[in-house]
Amino acid sequence: MESTTELPSSLIPNHGSWLRYLSFSLDHKVVGIQYMVTGFLFYLVGGVLAGMIRTELATPISDYLSREVYNEVLTMHGTIMIFLWIVPVVNGAFGNYLIPFYVGARDMAFPRLNAVAFWMIPPAGLLLIASFFIGGASQSGWTAYPPLSLRTPALGQLIWIFSVLLLGGSSILGGINFIVTILKLRRPGLKMMQLPMYCWAMLGTSILVVLSTPVLAGTLVMLAFDIVAHTGFFNPTIGGNAVVYQHLFWFYSHPAVYIMVLPAFGLVSEILPVHARKPLFGYTTMVYSILAIVFLGLIVWAHHMFTSGTPPWMRLFFTIATSFIAVPTGIKFFNWLATLWGGKIALNSTILFACAFIVNFVLGGITGVALAQVPFDIHVHDTYFVVAHFHYIVYGGTVFIIFSAIYHWYPKFTGRMLNEPLGMLHFVLTFVGFNLCFGPQHWLGMNGMPRRVSEYDPQFTLMNQVSSVGALLMALSTLPFLINVFHSAWRGRVAGDNPWRALTPEWLTSSPPPVENWAGAAPHVEHPYGYGLVETTP
Amino acid sequence: MTSLSSASSTTSTTTTQAIESTPELQSSSDQHPPAGDHEEHHGDFRMFGLVLFLVGDGMTFAGLFAAYLTFRAVNPLPPGGIYELELLLPSINTALLVASSFTFHRAARQLRLGEGFGCRLWLLITAAMGAAFLASQMLEYFKLPFGLTSNLFASTFYVLTGFHGLHVSLGVMMILIVWWQARAGGSINRESHFGLEAAELYWHFVDGIWVVLFGIIYLL
Repeated sequence: MESTTELPSSLIPNHGSWLRYLSFSLDHKVVGIQYMVTGFLFYLVGGVLAGMIRTELATPISDYLSREVYNEVLTMHGTIMIFLWIVPVVNGAFGNYLIPFYVGARDMAFPRLNAVAFWMIPPAGLLLIASFFIGGASQSGWTAYPPLSLRTPALGQLIWIFSVLLLGGSSILGGINFIVTILKLRRPGLKMMQLPMYCWAMLGTSILVVLSTPVLAGTLVMLAFDIVAHTGFFNPTIGGNAVVYQHLFWFYSHPAVYIMVLPAFGLVSEILPVHARKPLFGYTTMVYSILAIVFLGLIVWAHHMFTSGTPPWMRLFFTIATSFIAVPTGIKFFNWLATLWGGKIALNSTILFACAFIVNFVLGGITGVALAQVPFDIHVHDTYFVVAHFHYIVYGGTVFIIFSAIYHWYPKFTGRMLNEPLGMLHFVLTFVGFNLCFGPQHWLGMNGMPRRVSEYDPQFTLMNQVSSVGALLMALSTLPFLINVFHSAWRGRVAGDNPWRALTPEWLTSSPPPVENWAGAAPHVEHPYGYGLVETTP
Repeated sequence: MTSLSSASSTTSTTTTQAIESTPELQSSSDQHPPAGDHEEHHGDFRMFGLVLFLVGDGMTFAGLFAAYLTFRAVNPLPPGGIYELELLLPSINTALLVASSFTFHRAARQLRLGEGFGCRLWLLITAAMGAAFLASQMLEYFKLPFGLTSNLFASTFYVLTGFHGLHVSLGVMMILIVWWQARAGGSINRESHFGLEAAELYWHFVDGIWVVLFGIIYLL
């Protein structure tokens, strides 16, 4: 843009030094990047912990870590990956960066609240990691089931509770901000049914956050009372009821799976049309599917508890409700396939990660439907089958989409393209490593290897070693990615404003965008996916 | 805003033209104020945000209520562990809290009428009623024959009423802050009164939660 010199400083791209990323910034784009970088740092920490788990499990005996440390490591791995990497990045990072663009606003509805929500995360995460070094971290797994959580080192468990409360609070504040922004901050004339799909996904996610996270908060406060004040809410030995904890915990933590995966559904719905040069197939059904998933997601929690003495009517209800979720999810899945069908697909890192997401997610989804069936669930409950299913959803699903989205939006964040050969290498290592790591775990679980153990029957050795090799490949895959991100920030090909020739509003401005998002009025985007329509193709 | 939408309709639906039309910028710069005043050019959505927060807060209570009801249904107390709760003091408390909702509403109406003094007076009365509720709650705590760890019912009772009492304490503080801000020359006046409305909504919420809590714990 030639007129840059005449613009006020706030409209110049790249305004301000990189130090603003360390400040209490109110700019939604800065907050988004803050979420992303912080989340990625915690991903590296969680990844090191995962590496320790797989190293221990390379041999059937407990030789690398002591059993207590192994329990601490698996607890911290789960907690960090869920609460500090996936939830903040797939919601906070992309949500904050993209939602104001998508609704045609210059910032979120509550910029200050937004910054507060972000700055609750680093202290919570550091506290959690610090618990390793002060008396030992929690050893009760990321579910913190009592009575187990009443028997692990009390300090570590309390720090865990406090951190999760902080992170939950951050998540609730973010959710409120997203709902208000999406419903109230749309530019005049922009209808709900014209919003890019990620807005709908974030609206659904935020509804789940606001409805379910507070229940977890109340439950954890009760758990803290059990630990500190020796009340007996969840302690059966003094008249309490541990199953009530499970109900309340899963009332949050099952929706939490959708909090992790619905935004990924939204992101993949943004990415596929751009790189296949076709309109998103079945927009309306996508919207109703999201709403159906939100509703059903709130009433399926007890399928995690089929072995907790649930009465038959409860098993029946939760089996049926869970199986129903496959319907809206299946609709979305076929819509993505139909979006790709007959498209002019550009074979780049973005689309590779996105297509791998579809493959992995179908595998994870099918095992999910299988796990909803009581007889099968009882057979594989608390085995590696559940671990495999879960990682196919959150790693094969969400993390693949996070990488896909980084390749897609990196030019927008920095103004430079990521290196494609390095991206391909990253993809191949991740995809092969991931399937090697978690594929064999289905078999392990079916054959009865329990999860959360550091020792196992020697008959499982081979598959565990395959799994550990896969984990090693996944660890290696981070290297080309990191090199790529740092190298491209300095030396990457200059991207231009809209390298993908995309139609959604964040591309209709400079890269990186000015503080006020657009130099002029927010563009009027009637067809965010209008590829191939004569009057909208740029 | 009307000129803005007409401008975009005349430039046809082609989306890229919106960024190419930089010459337009100078003429329309008054419609796009520079950075720093995001809050200025859209409406006030703080109330909506507060409502969403209260929905979340209500879910915390819902979770605790659900836990309490489940404990009651499946965990029978040992003989001798069942207490008849005194009803007189809690009933007075309920009446006090419900009445304080009306006094708060009256304070808000006085402000809208421009009666600064009346507004502050009714705010003080509301805060006093909230404080009286808390004092009376403490009195009840001291008179009860069970403590926090006596049994499951006792623990749930104290956590539920205590969590609600925490909300009342925060509410009383909010009312006193609003009372201070509503002084002559303060930040709350006839034209600008979000703080007062927010505190009022919060107070009604705390009040409503108590009515449910009273029904579930004392009457059921």
